[in-house]
Amino acid sequence: MKLYEIAHSRTGDKGNISNVSLIAYEEKDFALIKEKATAERVKEHFKGIVKGEVVRYELPNICALNFVMYDALGGGVTRTLSQDLHGKSLSSFLLNMEI
Amino acid sequence: MKSIRVGSGAGYAGDRLEPSLELIEKGNLDYISYECLAERTIAIGQDAKLKDPNKGYNSLLEHRMEQALPLCWKHKVKLITNMGSANPEAGAKKCVEIAKKHGLDGMKIACVTGDDLLPVIDKYGDTEVWETHEPLSKLPGKIVSANAYMGAEGIVKALEQGADVVITGRVSDPAIFMAPAIYEFGWSMEDWDKLGKGTMMGHLLECGGQATGGYYADPGKKDVQGMGHLGFPLIEISEDGSFFITKVEGSGGEVTPSTCSEQIVYEIHDPENYLTPDVVADFKEVKFTQTAKDVVKVEGATGRPRTETFKCSVGYQDCFIGEGEISYGGPGCVGRARLALDIVKERLELVAKGKFEELKFDIIGCNSLFWGPDYHYNEEPSEVRVRVAGRASSKADADIIGNEVEALYTNGPAAGSGAFKRTREIVSMASILVSRYDVTPEVKILTV
Repeated sequence: MKLYEIAHSRTGDKGNISNVSLIAYEEKDFALIKEKATAERVKEHFKGIVKGEVVRYELPNICALNFVMYDALGGGVTRTLSQDLHGKSLSSFLLNMEI
Repeated sequence: MKSIRVGSGAGYAGDRLEPSLELIEKGNLDYISYECLAERTIAIGQDAKLKDPNKGYNSLLEHRMEQALPLCWKHKVKLITNMGSANPEAGAKKCVEIAKKHGLDGMKIACVTGDDLLPVIDKYGDTEVWETHEPLSKLPGKIVSANAYMGAEGIVKALEQGADVVITGRVSDPAIFMAPAIYEFGWSMEDWDKLGKGTMMGHLLECGGQATGGYYADPGKKDVQGMGHLGFPLIEISEDGSFFITKVEGSGGEVTPSTCSEQIVYEIHDPENYLTPDVVADFKEVKFTQTAKDVVKVEGATGRPRTETFKCSVGYQDCFIGEGEISYGGPGCVGRARLALDIVKERLELVAKGKFEELKFDIIGCNSLFWGPDYHYNEEPSEVRVRVAGRASSKADADIIGNEVEALYTNGPAAGSGAFKRTREIVSMASILVSRYDVTPEVKILTV
């Protein structure tokens, strides 16, 4: 199963740091997401794109995780060579992860 | 208990205008705030101000104010915006001119300045830059702008002096939405719990339609109705800091715990420690409850004492980025795109060896957004677009990229089409921390 089936996501950027949320549609799936979408797994999934650390935070009342990914945006919005300057599509890439 | 209604007029510099006019007319608002200042915009504004001292504010300020000011006056709605960009005073003068034209006699228009640290930037030469971990004085190019993120203080002062319109430069995004609550309810600037709640309010409003179904819809999973006439969000907040978020009835989009959840995690790192100039906000225990259609009650935000520093964004001349694109379609298109990239790689080695700090070779349709080593497509797309981008220290070198991609027309694989090239001069941003006591917001009121 892909994360896409049970969760939604949004990406934000600050400098060369990307943050990608992962929010369970239903409360019952939050435990599974927490178990499967570890910072390590997510770092592995983004191999090649994210060069730095991945840190995971939790917002339990809204069944959300927040992955903060360092050195993730090719230098950040001003000087990246990527056509996706802000890395806004990275949320969709996370949802493609198999669990 | 006293309460006020604050609307979100814009979520970025180029945002739609009509949703804000709809809010002013039908939202029963007390305030509307327009967030229109991206990190780099102010550097571009500084350049405009250098060329003409009456310029340097947001280029859409006139367009927006021509329509918003008369409506705000009619409906007794106060307007706050960071559209002053690099020149809030000139922006305020332009607003006075527009207000006069529309006969808005007595309207008080304030500008808030103090964020511009460019005149004194030399004193921060030894300060470490976050991005490079080097002292500021070691930046490779000329510094063109330096602006501290101020808090709500200056806007509150302007409101205390009777301002109907407040034009600022760089202030934190949440501050332009939270300031009305601080002023109207007389909150202390050290009431960390209230300021944490106010920051949550600002964070939900500062990206406009992103709280009402924009940047959210995904057909089949998250269906949103009426996105062509998406309503922008508004919040009704009470003096104890409790609030709900909604939108104008009949407008497009939706307000649900899901739309709010996506927005609240947007552009934050540690939810327990969201650093702003006014407070360290804590969103960890936030909770959303749907109380009616398109009405969501928001609870659980709080805050802790602010830090002693302001973030200051420093713009500097960095480099040039050259880009070229060309399309291939039909059977074998991916093979031809790969050949095109190989040809450009060889050409750059031949004619511009060592001129580029970094190069990127994309096949749009296959690997331009996601280029991880394990990410493969099984099916061949019906069309793809080749894209090459490179960073160089001179425009002439950067131009080579686009020229070499364009030359694929007559020297490359079969049926290349729609070539495009451009070179951009890059002003990059460096972030430093400065003492908050180095920055004093100043307010000037102009009366129409």
